[in-house]
Amino acid sequence: MKPLVPVGRARKVALGVGFFVVFVALWSVATLGGFVSKTFLADPITMLREGYLLFAQHGFAKDVGMTVWRVVGGFVLAAVVGVPLGIAMGAFKPIEAFFEPFVSFARYLPASAFIPLLILWAGIGEAQKLLVIFIGVFFQIVLMVAVIVGSTRRDLVEAAYTLGASSRGIVRRVLLPSAAPQIAETLRLVLGWAWTYVIVAELIGASSGIGHMIMDSQALLNTGQIIFGIIVIGVIGLISDFAFKWANQKLYPWSLA
Amino acid sequence: MSALTPKLVIDRVTRIFSGVRGGPPTQALMPTSLAVEDNDFITILGPSGCGKSTLLRIVAGLDHPSDGKVLLDGARVTGPGADRGMVFQSYTLFPWLTVRENICFGLRERGVDAKRQDEIASYWIGKVGLAGFEHHYPKMLSGGMQQRTAIARALANDPKILLLDEPFGALDNQTRALMQELLLGLWEADRKTILFVTHDIEEAIFMANRVVVMSARPGRIKADVTVRLPHPRHYTIKTTPEFSALKAQLTEEIRVEALKVA
Repeated sequence: MKPLVPVGRARKVALGVGFFVVFVALWSVATLGGFVSKTFLADPITMLREGYLLFAQHGFAKDVGMTVWRVVGGFVLAAVVGVPLGIAMGAFKPIEAFFEPFVSFARYLPASAFIPLLILWAGIGEAQKLLVIFIGVFFQIVLMVAVIVGSTRRDLVEAAYTLGASSRGIVRRVLLPSAAPQIAETLRLVLGWAWTYVIVAELIGASSGIGHMIMDSQALLNTGQIIFGIIVIGVIGLISDFAFKWANQKLYPWSLA
Repeated sequence: MSALTPKLVIDRVTRIFSGVRGGPPTQALMPTSLAVEDNDFITILGPSGCGKSTLLRIVAGLDHPSDGKVLLDGARVTGPGADRGMVFQSYTLFPWLTVRENICFGLRERGVDAKRQDEIASYWIGKVGLAGFEHHYPKMLSGGMQQRTAIARALANDPKILLLDEPFGALDNQTRALMQELLLGLWEADRKTILFVTHDIEEAIFMANRVVVMSARPGRIKADVTVRLPHPRHYTIKTTPEFSALKAQLTEEIRVEALKVA
């Protein structure tokens, strides 16, 4: 191996899949070989059987659907408000000076700690779930977008000015297109965090969702179901990640190396 | 405007940068005056850090003079505008726009209709020799092609004056020579007023009808040399005795300045 030398496509896929194989193999040896008690960790085969039962008998598809809906809902809500605010902050320094200290403070407030308050305010319905996600990701989006827009190459801005661009033109035709690919990349990252918050929100005061199922399974010590639930989250995350990457490549072909 | 008034007047322009962290302020430009006539091709020649780029940025409106003023066609320059096109040393094409879209940037900003934009872009694409590359993104172009696009982008706006800040500084020697011929050819065709900053003596003489030499920091104009070589100029002119004499004279002027800061 030499530093920074790229790896071929086929080998890259083989290596990536290879780790999953090693992982499952170690897991199988530990559980099926009797090294770990079944009470603490289910073996892969039990896990798959439990997963099948979840879908076939316990209506798990509805739970998955609910969770996906909450993640997307809370995330889209935060993005729709957060991205424009971040752009305004990045572009106009007085706006940044007004919001930045508060947003930086709010960013450190743990979303999960708001759950008791949110239950008090919004009940245990969907609004509360969406709010947990919103609080968890909104301030992050705002700050990251503001930094991205604020770090637009100054020479491009100057070039646009010498071509007769107005302030409006600078924002619309330089800052926005320049920042767009990085903003999309940021949203991809933040969507991952939204998944963490939704499960936390569903662990408390929920009657549906993947997190709710995990709590129920804990009561029954069904580690197979718990692991299956976690893996389902991972798979959905992986799919959405690929979708985001693909969309970014289609939307911003110019930003590819 | 009477024909006797210069196109561009730089009137006792100074620039003092405030000190960093309480340090003493730096005087980048001593009071500098220069009159640029219509159709002039002036090169500003000076060692690194002599304030020549600062002067050009002040003319462009991207920087403000600490004192003095700049007049373009009698009107005071207060900020950047489409009447002063600029080509930078760094590659400043918009990476998300194709060559054609980059050239149309200023036209679109002014609301020129699409058909006219297309005509102007096609004209300049042909002029700078980029036919076949209209739909390429800047990343796919060589440095020379990027600067050609940048020149076309500035000229498509039909500015009153074209400002160039060491535009060929990052190019290799061969490409640089070709770009000089290209720019000179464009100027010979329609005599657009040009202010060109460089530290390359040969480049300064080859293209200009006036070479303004600046001193080491703090910058001021130290010599103003008229170049009386005939047009159209061919690159072989660089080997003529007249050219060599000018080069020797300017080399001496610059060397004295370079010694002060080296």
